Amino acid sequence: MMRHLISAADLTRDDAVQILDTAEEMARVADRPIKKLPTLRGRTICNLFFEDSTRTRISFEAAEKRLSADVINFAAKGSSVSKGESLKDTAQTLEAMGVDAVVIRHSASGAPYRLATSGWIDAPVINAGDGTHQHPTQALLDAFTMRRRLVGRDAGLGQDLAGKRITLVGDVLHSRVARSNVDLLHTLGAEVTLVAPPTLVPVGVETWPCDVSYDLDGVLPKSDAVMMLRVQRERMNAAFFPTEREYSRRYGLDGERMAKMPEHAIVMHPGPMVRGMEITAEVADSDRCTVVEQVANGVSIRMAVLYLLLGGNDSDSATPARTEESK
Amino acid sequence: MDTQQQYGDDARPVLEGPDIARVLTRIAHEIVERAKGADDVVLLGIPTRGVFLARRLAEKLESITGTKIPVGSLDITMYRDDLRMKPARAIGRTEIPGDGIDGRLVVLVDDVLFSGRTIRAALDALGDIGRPRAVQLAVLVDRGHRELPIRADYVGKNLPTSLRETVKVQLAEEDGRDTVLLGSKPAS
Amino acid sequence: MTMSKTLIRGAKVLGGDVQDVLIDGGTIAEVGTGLSAEGATVIEADGQILLPGLVDLHTHLREPGREDSETVLTGTRAAASGGYTAVFAMANTHPVADTAGVVEQVYRLGKESGYCDVQPIGAVTVGLEGKKLAELGAMHDSAAGVTVFSDDGKCVDDAVIMRRALEYVKAFGGVVAQHAQEPRLTEGAQMNEGVVSAELGLGGWPAVAEESIIARDVLLAEHVGSRVHICHLSTAGSVEIVRWAKSRGIDVTAEVTPHHLLLTDELVRSYNPVYKVNPPLRTEKDVLALREALADGTIDIVATDHAPHPHEDKDCEWAAAAMGMVGLETALSVVQRTMVETGLLDWAGVADRMSFAPARIGRAQGHGRPVSAGEPANLTLVDPAYRGVVDPADFASRSRNTPYEGRELPGRVTHTFLRGRATVVDGKLA
Repeated sequence: MMRHLISAADLTRDDAVQILDTAEEMARVADRPIKKLPTLRGRTICNLFFEDSTRTRISFEAAEKRLSADVINFAAKGSSVSKGESLKDTAQTLEAMGVDAVVIRHSASGAPYRLATSGWIDAPVINAGDGTHQHPTQALLDAFTMRRRLVGRDAGLGQDLAGKRITLVGDVLHSRVARSNVDLLHTLGAEVTLVAPPTLVPVGVETWPCDVSYDLDGVLPKSDAVMMLRVQRERMNAAFFPTEREYSRRYGLDGERMAKMPEHAIVMHPGPMVRGMEITAEVADSDRCTVVEQVANGVSIRMAVLYLLLGGNDSDSATPARTEESK
Repeated sequence: MDTQQQYGDDARPVLEGPDIARVLTRIAHEIVERAKGADDVVLLGIPTRGVFLARRLAEKLESITGTKIPVGSLDITMYRDDLRMKPARAIGRTEIPGDGIDGRLVVLVDDVLFSGRTIRAALDALGDIGRPRAVQLAVLVDRGHRELPIRADYVGKNLPTSLRETVKVQLAEEDGRDTVLLGSKPAS
Repeated sequence: MTMSKTLIRGAKVLGGDVQDVLIDGGTIAEVGTGLSAEGATVIEADGQILLPGLVDLHTHLREPGREDSETVLTGTRAAASGGYTAVFAMANTHPVADTAGVVEQVYRLGKESGYCDVQPIGAVTVGLEGKKLAELGAMHDSAAGVTVFSDDGKCVDDAVIMRRALEYVKAFGGVVAQHAQEPRLTEGAQMNEGVVSAELGLGGWPAVAEESIIARDVLLAEHVGSRVHICHLSTAGSVEIVRWAKSRGIDVTAEVTPHHLLLTDELVRSYNPVYKVNPPLRTEKDVLALREALADGTIDIVATDHAPHPHEDKDCEWAAAAMGMVGLETALSVVQRTMVETGLLDWAGVADRMSFAPARIGRAQGHGRPVSAGEPANLTLVDPAYRGVVDPADFASRSRNTPYEGRELPGRVTHTFLRGRATVVDGKLA
């Protein structure tokens, strides 16, 4: 494992599989009477959120607390951030307080990378979503959900997603989830197709390791998992598409469309869902929709990432579970 | 795995396959005797090799008592007290038998008992999972040098060693053969 | 150094023959071989290149208003260090240089500095807001004698305002220098739109936002019979449009910055805001097209777009950072690296692109003149064999936001003369 988790693109196949396998073990903790491990006792983790995200923040917080870390929540939304000084100043404040790791959410793409490489702080940095750049733990929990559903909980251990056909639908242009997923799914051997109106596909997408289609109906029968990305209603005003109704008609997932998917195929969504826009209530509430599972899996994945980044010392490779000297 | 390289040139077997089978049979009998029938025994092996030993013990207990003995595994990685001294370790599997451990006699099974720190971690882990009636410890080899007030209830072989020596248990399930090797630490 | 005689012995004038140049007072007295050194301070040029003093048509001196990043004094010291004898100071100060009062203030500060002539540029529109023409005539008639007008930093995007400005300045031989950036296409823009922006998730600044404005403005200039100057041209497409316009006889001139001749958007992968600039760093293909265009004269000049920013405006996340790079003290080295060492331009070509042509476009009196007897002694002596690593701590500029920190660049200005007075001696400010 590396020292920081900034981008899903930084993970090797073996890194990613190790995180997924570790998360499988972490998931078992949730089934126990005492849902807590002493592993990060005495370690302080700061959740540094420059952008509102209650869901991601509580997921990290749950993961940190289950590993017995001390948690500091720092919400620094808006205000002085536009001046730019606050990231550096905040980082140095946390450093002075002896924080052992920083989980950062920021509206500016690259802010976690900057935090990790600028010399402002020594602690490991975990990206909890930056601008329209990356959201690596989301991609990991998505991959975890897919592996469980498409390969199997036990059968999946040690396995990647080779040959699985994954379709991402919606606002790719503004989506850090899409970028992270394309990177990670490609690393894990899956075949990724992006489906979106051409206005919501970035210029430069041609170099991404995936296909791009404008025809959802054509892609659905060849998908093992379909991930619906959130489309913000504001995009309509910026002329990315004419009306909400037209968007739903061409790119929304309803029961009829879901029926075109193979029987084993699942529907995913990073949440929060805009019901009626990109996904109908019928699909969102169906058994094939993994939204709730994804939330639970998010805690396991974040525990795994925190353990692998912080559980050992700073050396950069994992060792076998036990060595003879330590019996 | 190159045994010669990892455990020095002079690694020599102190227990061979038949010896291991014999001591496991003896331990099984001791468990039945001390637990008065082993009705409420749950065996929990500590990964990796403790799990195989637990399964072998369970088979022997079942053939002695004629009843099914629950077997599981208990990974202690997350409870170690030396996590920060090494890079992050891959964690092993914890698998608790369906009926749980509350009110049961849990016998922890490991291959080598050395400092006692693993067992300390195992006792902590156990406490987070349930409340056994009692906990006992079975090990294939006790090589001494305890750093904590911990002792085994069932010992396959007491093996006095020096700290410069290494003890390595190999089991067919993992290593392709059954043996216990005693060697000196490689110079490096 | 006094205003007496100076003999520069053995310099390659414009990179040509080795000659001696005798400066007497503020004027070049004689150019030849074996000139008498009697009563003169002698500088052994030893084959270094002698150029006319460089002229920068695009400098931000920040005074008045942002004296924390640069002042006229520090900026002109930086200019002299870089071999410049005249700079055109952009109008986006606080207050904006949109009145005779502000341009006269900047002009006066330049005179007082004594390191480099400062020719203020006037804003095209009041407050750079693109709505209402500033008093262009009053600025021209002021002591500053403004001839170049620009809203640089902002585009004069209203076609009617642009047309009127182009027409209006004809009355006194002025020129409008356009910052070509279609504002709607660049809302939230953070870097060049392309492969790298798609990956980094940074808002894209598409080439078409520059090219569409240039296309419009050359057609407007043609229609009203005015000349127009294009600031910091940055894309291969813009080159094609300017080339087409010139072939059609349209009176258009264009500049390119040193950084657009050397750096590409791949550097943004570091998220280090020192690479954040407007227009943004483009692709390798653009860089090569720009060099080609500067070599064949499609692009007339190199202008630095020297844009000082205080440390804290760059020591932050990308989106929060200010756009711009300092450039006065590295420009000639970058041109040597990208144009001379590649064989695209000789030193006479460099003299044209960095002195003659910018002086001509900006109507700078006494600058961009031939190195010959009777001309003002505005001269720059360059040691092209020098190799050094850029250390911002050495800068005379008050700001350090250079993208070249730690890079090895060739060449060094050893002497600069402003009307015969040495402003730089042996590579150090006099």
